[in-house]
Amino acid sequence: MSKNVTEEDRQYWTANKKLITILLSIWAFVSYGCGILFVVPLNNIQFFGVPFGFWMAQQGSIYVFIILIMVYAKRMDTIDHRFHKDEEGAGE
Amino acid sequence: MTTENWTYLFIFLTFGTYIYIGWRARVKESAGFYIAGQGVPAIANGAATAADWMSAASFISMAGLISFMGYDGAVYLMGWTGGYVLLALLFAPYLRKFGQYTVPDFVGTRYYSDVARIVAVICAIFVSITYVAGQMRGVGIVFSRFLNVDVGTGVVIGMVIVAFFAVIGGMKGITWTQVAQYGVLIVAFMIPAVTIALKLTGNPIPQLAFTTSGIVESLNQIQVDLGFTEYTQPFQGKEMIDIFCITVALMVGTAGLPHVIVRFYTVPNVRAARYSAVWAIIFIALLYTTAPALAAFARYNLISSLHGSSISVNAEQLAEDGAQTYSLAKTTEEGEELNFDWTQGWQKTGLLTFEDKNGDGIIQLAKDESINEVNIDRDIIVLSTPEVAGLAPWVIALVAAGGLAAALSTAAGLLLVISSSLAHDIYFRMINPKADEAKRVAVGRIMVLAAVLVAGYFGINPPGFVGQVVAFAFGLAASSFFPIILLGIFSTSVNREGAIAGMLVGLLFTAGYIVGEKYFGMPRWCFDISSEGIGAIGMLLNFAVTLCVSAVTPPPPQEVQDVVESLRLPDHAGPAIVLDEGHE
Repeated sequence: MSKNVTEEDRQYWTANKKLITILLSIWAFVSYGCGILFVVPLNNIQFFGVPFGFWMAQQGSIYVFIILIMVYAKRMDTIDHRFHKDEEGAGE
Repeated sequence: MTTENWTYLFIFLTFGTYIYIGWRARVKESAGFYIAGQGVPAIANGAATAADWMSAASFISMAGLISFMGYDGAVYLMGWTGGYVLLALLFAPYLRKFGQYTVPDFVGTRYYSDVARIVAVICAIFVSITYVAGQMRGVGIVFSRFLNVDVGTGVVIGMVIVAFFAVIGGMKGITWTQVAQYGVLIVAFMIPAVTIALKLTGNPIPQLAFTTSGIVESLNQIQVDLGFTEYTQPFQGKEMIDIFCITVALMVGTAGLPHVIVRFYTVPNVRAARYSAVWAIIFIALLYTTAPALAAFARYNLISSLHGSSISVNAEQLAEDGAQTYSLAKTTEEGEELNFDWTQGWQKTGLLTFEDKNGDGIIQLAKDESINEVNIDRDIIVLSTPEVAGLAPWVIALVAAGGLAAALSTAAGLLLVISSSLAHDIYFRMINPKADEAKRVAVGRIMVLAAVLVAGYFGINPPGFVGQVVAFAFGLAASSFFPIILLGIFSTSVNREGAIAGMLVGLLFTAGYIVGEKYFGMPRWCFDISSEGIGAIGMLLNFAVTLCVSAVTPPPPQEVQDVVESLRLPDHAGPAIVLDEGHE
């Protein structure tokens, strides 16, 4: 480990990795789960007259992707702030 | 005004705008030339990324593909947008922090090896050339269909325009023209989609009309009536495992595409990189959620209007130039007389053909090829939508301009990757590290020009494989770049030996499988996975090899580990990025 990396830096990285893991689990669930693996049973559910599995594959998963990327950017702002990574460096 | 005149007007206006922007954004420094001086605001970079990424294929072909594939078309929708989640969470912030000019730069520095750099350069160039040839071809097709100039002339016009703003403006010129091109392409895509949604369902928002109007149900019903399976029925053309692997390969390949990654080098800081990913996915999703709606509308509209219409030989056309085309007509239940004049132009291109097989004077659509009397090339779905829906000539012209914007913006981004791989990674990093600014920019410009010429050549003389190379581009990006960039950021212990071995194994396995399956009739021995999806397996192999080899060879030097640590901290003042090339 580099001597330049502080304990706070390590915690910052751990918080970041945890956030990524949570968001990517949702990512995998909506696309590979709802959109592909469980699409046949989900198609038995009607979503406004469209089979739900089909709708997730062609519409829903994309909306979830937008939310995931947005949540990541917002949450990272908070995490940056908590670990003081948002100070002068933001304008580098 | 005729459609042709409108098309000339729109092309003249949009091309004039691109040239003007390119001229305004001209650059002299290498930082401006390769990464737009890192001064691009997040929202502008989001729009530029969206245009960069959405190619002629997204604009012209994707909705058509989905229209023919039904549920299975979701591989493109999820694959190409899901990759952005990976890009935004796993790559963009860290590569921006790294702050160099190219993807091979990252690979060469992180793996302290010129061999790794050269492997990365070869992958980047191969991926980009296969891709750019398709874009130039797209430009040629739009010109030939809408302006009756031949494909070659169209390609040359496209080359001149791209060359102009890419050579003088570099990445800066490309960025700002891409922002404009995004505007043109999204308007051109949305107007016909909104109009046809309104016409078929009474709801102007395609996404809502698709979900709530019951059109999908009606389409399913028509399909069943004609002997097809339901539109929403999964796994009709492909097995579940194949759909799964193709989606993985497209997602991971998207995240590994060099021309998309470098876009995140152009923003001012790490935070801006995260937010430009947000903008990019919003801008992309606008088209990607509209496309499946358009696909269903177009399919419904085509089937319900063409099926059962009367057919007769167009005598006028036959007398004029001897071309055998047919006139179609139909009387609706409300007693309205419809004639399908729009089919004339497409029949002449050979992309839409009719044959009254049973001679009853009525057109039948059916799954069974011995009864089916209509053949529709899927590439005409988007381009013909405005005509099918009977929209004004200017809308048709706008679609042509949009198709060109989509093709040119992607071509420009790819050309810059080819140029920077040669001028920056090979010339500056390896041949002449002492080159001054003026010389580096000059070499960059020459390489863009050379790349334009190569792309143009392939556009005019398309190698027979163009249609199939998309599998190549994504498969190779997935199996070569993705694992080693990911491990390069998230592991400090992965080393040079591991990365080189991993890239080569991933690359050779994937390329070998694709070539074998496409050209030598090799059976799909790997779980029956098709060429489009094999990149997913190549990626896994790359991960496995990289990790195993790294475990049994010496760890990276301390200064490289320090670089990795510093990538993870947005404002970290720690060790400067090591660019010393003397490790080998």
